[in-house]
Amino acid sequence: MLKNREKQSGSTKHVGNFVEIILTMVMFSVLFVVMSVYLVHFVATNEQDMINNSYNSRQEILLSRNYRGTIYSRDGEVLAQTVLDDEQNETREYPFDELFAHAVGYSTQGRMGVEAQANYYLINTNTSISNKVANDMAGLKNPGDNVYTTLDVQIQQVADQQLNVYNGAIIVTEVSTGRILAMVSHPDFDPNEITQIWDSLLEDESSTVLLNRATQGLYPPGSTFKIVTALEYIRENPGTWNGYTYQCNGSYRHGESRISCYHGSNHGAVNFDSSFAKSCNSSFANIGMKLDRTQFQTTLDGLLFDKKLPLTLTYAKSGVAVSTEMTDDEMIQTSIGQGRTQITPIHLNMITCAIANNGLLMKPYVIDRVENDAGNTVKAFKPASYGHLMTEDESQILRDMMTSVVEKGTATSLKGLSYTVAGKTGSAEYNNVKGDSHAWFTGFAPVENPEVCVTIIVEGAGSGGDYAVPIARRLFDAYFEEKPVTDQEVAQ
Amino acid sequence: MRGRMSEYVLELSKYFICGLMVLYTLSCFYAFRYGARGGKRPVYVIQIILMLLLQTICFVDLILGSKDTPMDDSVSVSMDMQYLFLFLFVEFFLLAVLFLVPAIYDQCNRLLLNNMCMLIGIGLMMISRLSFSSAIKQYIIVLVSLIISLLIPFIFSKVRFLKKMTWLYAAVGIALLSVVLILGDETRGSNISVAIADIAFQPSEFVKILFLFFLAGALWEETSFLRVAITAVLAGMHVIVLVLSTDLGSALIFFIAYVLVVFVATRNYLYLLAGAVGGSGAAIAAYHLFSHVRIRVLAWQDPWSYIDNKGFQITQSLFAVGSGSWFGMGILKGNPTAIPIVSADFIFSSICEELGVIVGICLILVCVSCFISIMQTALCIFDRFYQLIVYGIGIMYIFQIFLAVGGGIKFIPHTGVTLPFISYGGSSVMATMFMFFIIQGIFIRLQQEGGKHVEKS
Repeated sequence: MLKNREKQSGSTKHVGNFVEIILTMVMFSVLFVVMSVYLVHFVATNEQDMINNSYNSRQEILLSRNYRGTIYSRDGEVLAQTVLDDEQNETREYPFDELFAHAVGYSTQGRMGVEAQANYYLINTNTSISNKVANDMAGLKNPGDNVYTTLDVQIQQVADQQLNVYNGAIIVTEVSTGRILAMVSHPDFDPNEITQIWDSLLEDESSTVLLNRATQGLYPPGSTFKIVTALEYIRENPGTWNGYTYQCNGSYRHGESRISCYHGSNHGAVNFDSSFAKSCNSSFANIGMKLDRTQFQTTLDGLLFDKKLPLTLTYAKSGVAVSTEMTDDEMIQTSIGQGRTQITPIHLNMITCAIANNGLLMKPYVIDRVENDAGNTVKAFKPASYGHLMTEDESQILRDMMTSVVEKGTATSLKGLSYTVAGKTGSAEYNNVKGDSHAWFTGFAPVENPEVCVTIIVEGAGSGGDYAVPIARRLFDAYFEEKPVTDQEVAQ
Repeated sequence: MRGRMSEYVLELSKYFICGLMVLYTLSCFYAFRYGARGGKRPVYVIQIILMLLLQTICFVDLILGSKDTPMDDSVSVSMDMQYLFLFLFVEFFLLAVLFLVPAIYDQCNRLLLNNMCMLIGIGLMMISRLSFSSAIKQYIIVLVSLIISLLIPFIFSKVRFLKKMTWLYAAVGIALLSVVLILGDETRGSNISVAIADIAFQPSEFVKILFLFFLAGALWEETSFLRVAITAVLAGMHVIVLVLSTDLGSALIFFIAYVLVVFVATRNYLYLLAGAVGGSGAAIAAYHLFSHVRIRVLAWQDPWSYIDNKGFQITQSLFAVGSGSWFGMGILKGNPTAIPIVSADFIFSSICEELGVIVGICLILVCVSCFISIMQTALCIFDRFYQLIVYGIGIMYIFQIFLAVGGGIKFIPHTGVTLPFISYGGSSVMATMFMFFIIQGIFIRLQQEGGKHVEKS
C-alpha cells in the first residue's frame, strides 16, 4: 500500500523541484562569494591597522622575534635605532635628541610620529632566510625592516634653530611630490628620555609638549586666510575681480562692527592685488561682505576645511563654517581669518602647495621607502596626487598675488635674493588685545618653477612680516644651499 | 643543525600549505564534472595525496616548532613527541575512513567523503595547536562517531519505517530541547548543553537531524496549506525553545532550514516570501525583547567602541585575521589563543592567522563544494522524503558555516555556532558526521534501487 503510494507520487510529484533546489544553491553560492570578497577586502585594507592596534598582542610577538628597525633621514642619517648593550638589552636611541621629537616620535609609552606610522614595517622583517637561520642558531633576533623618511636633517636643524625659544611649528614640503622635508613643533622633548619624563608630562594636564603643532595645532589663520577669501572673490567675479577698488582709511565699519587694519595702518586707495599684498583688513572685510555665503561654504569644502585631510599623520581637522545664518560681524571676522576660524599649519601648507603646483594637491608624506637589512626595497611610497583644489587659472592668479606680497607688500625682505619667493604673511590675533598675535608665513620658491613650500607659525611673536618672514628666508637659503637653483635651471 | 632545518621548513611550509590547499580546492570543483556519482576517478586519489601531504607538513611544523616548548611536569613525553603520536593517530584515522568506507560501501560519494576527511584533519591539527588535550578528546569523539556512522548506510538500506514516525521526531526533538532549557548547564550565558556521565552533550546538534526527518516526513506527500501550517507551529516551537535557551545560532539554522525545506517541498514562492517577512519580523522582535541579541548586534556594528568588553572577542578575532594576512604568520607563530573560546567559535580566525587568509578562503570553498555536492545529490533523488532530508542537511550545513565564518570576520553578528567538522565540540562533529553518513546512506540506497533515474539527471 505504502509502496504503491510512493510509486504513484514518484511519477507525479517527485519531479520538478530542480529549479527551486538550484535557486537555493545559487543563493548560497552568491552569499559565500560576497563573504569571501569581504574577507579579501578586509585583509587588503586593514592588515596594518590590525597589527598596529595596541590591543593586538601580536606586536609583542613580532618584537620578541625581531629587533625594531632603524629610521633614517632621506640622506641616510640615523634618526632612530635600537642598540644593544653587552647583556643584549635593547634601547631605542634617537641621535638627534629633541630635533625630531614630533616627526619621528617615540615607540615606548605608546607611539607617535614615524615610529607609530611605520610600526608595522619596523617590527616585521624581510631579512634573507639564510640570515634567519644564522640568527636562529646564534640565538639572536632578526633585524626589523628599516624605514627611510623624506626628512632632511639640515633643513630640520635650521627650522629648529629659527623657531628658537618660541612655541610654534614649521613645516617644509616639496611642491611637486608632497614630500615632507622638515616638520618642527615647539615646545619639544627628548624622545631618549620619554620613559623618565612620561609621568610628569601626563601629570601636567596643561602641557602640550606631546602635541605635534604642525599637524595637530589649531590656530586662527589670520591674514593667511585672505588667500581663501580672495579665491572665493575671484570665483564669484570671474571677469571683473581685477577691477576691484577700495578706499582704505584704516578701518571698516558695518553696523556695530568695526575692523581695523594691522597696527592702524592706513592703506589709502587699493585695488585687489594691493589689498592682498598689503594685507588690508578693511578692504578684505569689504570683500567678505560681497560674497555669497552658500558658495563660500562650497569653496571651503573644496579646500578641505572641516574635512578629512589626505594624510597618514595624526592631525586635527581645521574648523570654519560660513552660512547664511551667521551674523555680518562673524562674516567680516571670517573673511580676514579671525573669529572662529581655525587651521592647522599642515593644512595651510597643503593649500599653498596646491597653489604652487597649478592647483593640484600632492598628498604630503613622510615615509619614503622600507628596506630590509640588506638594503633591498621592501616597499616604496610614490608621490600621489589628491586632486585639484582649484583650477590652473585660479592658481596662477593667486601665485601672482602672492608674488606681489614679496615684491611690494608685507614680505619685501624676501625680495632680491638669488631665488624668487611668493607667499602670504599673517598676524593672527588670539586674545583680542592689540599686539598679541601669532606670526604666520606661508609661501614657496622659486616662483617660476615652485620647488619648496614652507609654512611657519610663531606663537605670540607679533607680526608675520617681522617674525615669520625672516625664518622663511633662512629655510629657503638652507634648501637652495643644498640644492642651488642654478642646478635646476641647468637641468632644464 | 635543528635550527637550520626548522627555520627553513617553517618559512617555506607556509607556501607549500597554501599551494596544496589551493590545489585541493581546485580538485573539488574539477570533480563536479563527474556529477554526484563520481565512481572511481583519479582525481579522488589525487585529493587523498594532497590531503595527506598537507597534514604531514602541518604536523612537521608543529613538531619542529614545539621542540623548545618546556616540558609539562604532568606529562613524561615531550611536546614534539606528543605531536608526532597525534599525527600518526590522525593519519591512521584518515586512511581508515578513506579506505574502509569505500571498501564497505562501494557506491559512496567520494568527494563528500574526501572533503569530510580533509576538514576533520585540518580541524584536529588546528585544535591540537590551540589546546593539545582538547585535540585528544576530539579525536576520541571523532573515532566513536565514525564507528556509529558506519552503520548508518546499512540502516538506511534495511529500515523502511522512517517515513512513518513524523510526529515522534518532532515530539522527541522539542522534548530534548526543553530538557536542556530547564536542566541545562549554563556555559557562557547560554543553556545549550546537558552533562551525562561527565560528558557535556549539546542536544540541539542531534535534534537538527530529527527536525529534518520530521519536516521531510510531514511534507513529502502532502503540501496543503494546513499541513504547512501545522509544521510551522511545531517548527516554531523548536525555534522558540532555542531562543529561550539563548542558542541564537541554532534557532536561526532551524528557522532557515524550515523555510527552505517548505519552499522546495511546496515549490511555492509565497512561502519563501512569508519566511523572509516572518524572519525579519521575528529578528526585530528578538532584538527588542532580548538583551543578549542587542549585545550581539552592538558588538557587530561597532566592536571597536566596546573593545574592552562585548567587542573583545570579535576584535581579537579581527586582529587574528588581519595579522595573518595572505600567507599567515606560520603555524605556532601567531597568537590565536588571545581570542576567547577560539577552538569552538573562532577556529576559522585562528586558521586565517596561522595558515593565511588564502587557506581560509580555500577552506570556505571546500565547504561550498560539499554543499554543491549535497545539492547535486538531492537533485537526483526522486523519493521526495529522502530528497528533503538531503536538501535540509545541505542547507543546515552551509548556513552554519555562513554563521560561523561570517560571525568571526564581522560580516554578520557573531552567533557562537561551531564550524562543522573543524571546530572543537564533540556533539557538533558527531552530529555533522551523522548527517554526512545519512547522505551517503541515501545516496547508496538510491543507487541500489536501480539506475533508471540516473540518466534523467
